[in-house]
Amino acid sequence: MSDEIIHSSDAAFENDVLKSELPVLVDFWATWCGPCRMIAPLIDELALTYKGRLRVVKVNVDENREVPARYGIMGIPTLLLFKGGEMMESIVGVVPRNRLVDAVSKYL
Amino acid sequence: MIERHDVIIVGAGPAGLAAGIYAGRARFKTLILEKGVPGGQILLTDWVENYPGFPDGIAPFDLIDGFRKQAERFGARIEADEVLALERRDGLWHLTAGRGEYAARAVLIATGSVYRKLGLADEARLTGKGVSFCATCDGAFFTGKDVAVVGGGDNALTEALFLTKFASKVFIIHRRNRLRGEKILQERILAHEKIRVLWDCVVEAIRGGDCLESLTVLNLKENRRFPLPVGGLFVSIGTDPVTGFVKGLVEFNEWGQVKVDTSMATSQPGLFAAGDVSDACPKQVATAVGTGVHAALSIEDYLERL
Repeated sequence: MSDEIIHSSDAAFENDVLKSELPVLVDFWATWCGPCRMIAPLIDELALTYKGRLRVVKVNVDENREVPARYGIMGIPTLLLFKGGEMMESIVGVVPRNRLVDAVSKYL
Repeated sequence: MIERHDVIIVGAGPAGLAAGIYAGRARFKTLILEKGVPGGQILLTDWVENYPGFPDGIAPFDLIDGFRKQAERFGARIEADEVLALERRDGLWHLTAGRGEYAARAVLIATGSVYRKLGLADEARLTGKGVSFCATCDGAFFTGKDVAVVGGGDNALTEALFLTKFASKVFIIHRRNRLRGEKILQERILAHEKIRVLWDCVVEAIRGGDCLESLTVLNLKENRRFPLPVGGLFVSIGTDPVTGFVKGLVEFNEWGQVKVDTSMATSQPGLFAAGDVSDACPKQVATAVGTGVHAALSIEDYLERL
């Protein structure tokens, strides 16, 4: 897994995501979720490609319940895009690489 | 520069990886192209109980990881790339993919299948908000809630049983008056106190604001509609083969699966198919492996005769 990725938590979410000066891609995942593992290499790639322009954060929904509940997460993988502390977009399930790159590019 | 191979396998699920092991051992220069990461549909399951050799079952990710390592050990290379087009020129198959072009003397289509949607209004909007295609992924979000599973095959029954770990009640909505899945699964379903099967029923509408609130269920026999308040709907009504890049090139059966002969060959020379995408594979990991191996042996035979 890439060093560029921040593993956040209920407690750290505000600092890691909401107060971030960069746009943030948050990946809600769990170890038992096959599709989450499927998109993990793509998330790593984005973190490397957009280093310095995009912050990439992962939230393990097994260990953190508050933040997923706050954003109504009922399925994983769910990817949320934040800018200036606000949730801009939500992407549910496994999506093709291009669709994710397009979504991210809008906020850079 | 176009990379030239003996064998290119499109798709790194159980069929493609099993074929990769055999093609590698036959000492063919073998490339496996996978648009995501190795695994495929089986990764949506929580536990594989019926694959021989694992009496206590195995996690699908571990099983696939074993297949992958075994294929790589014998020289097959796995690349992340999505094949967009396939064309035969000068006795070679030319593949156009997202990141490059490839050529091979023989190609195995092992692209598998993807889950089918209900096709109802608001299904897409509420996906991830109560509507799900993967109980393993999303089941835990429905702790203490009532949920419904649509379907009656192996996958639907497995999902329903898995969901009983979290949900307070699991309704199975099935359009026939008997289940289709494995008998051992049927026995567990019918004996489970949390599960109720709604026979001869289909989902007619999905309702909810920010998240799923209820379904309209239609009983086909009695032509009667009734609301079913559930927080989760797990759709498990089968899969469709992934064949976009071979449309117009090979023959298909009525379900859109690639037709193969008894050697797993398609109607085109040097073009084979195995696993869920073919019409020879009853959607099991073991049969995907079996057809993949069969195809690899036929490819070996084909290349040696060239």
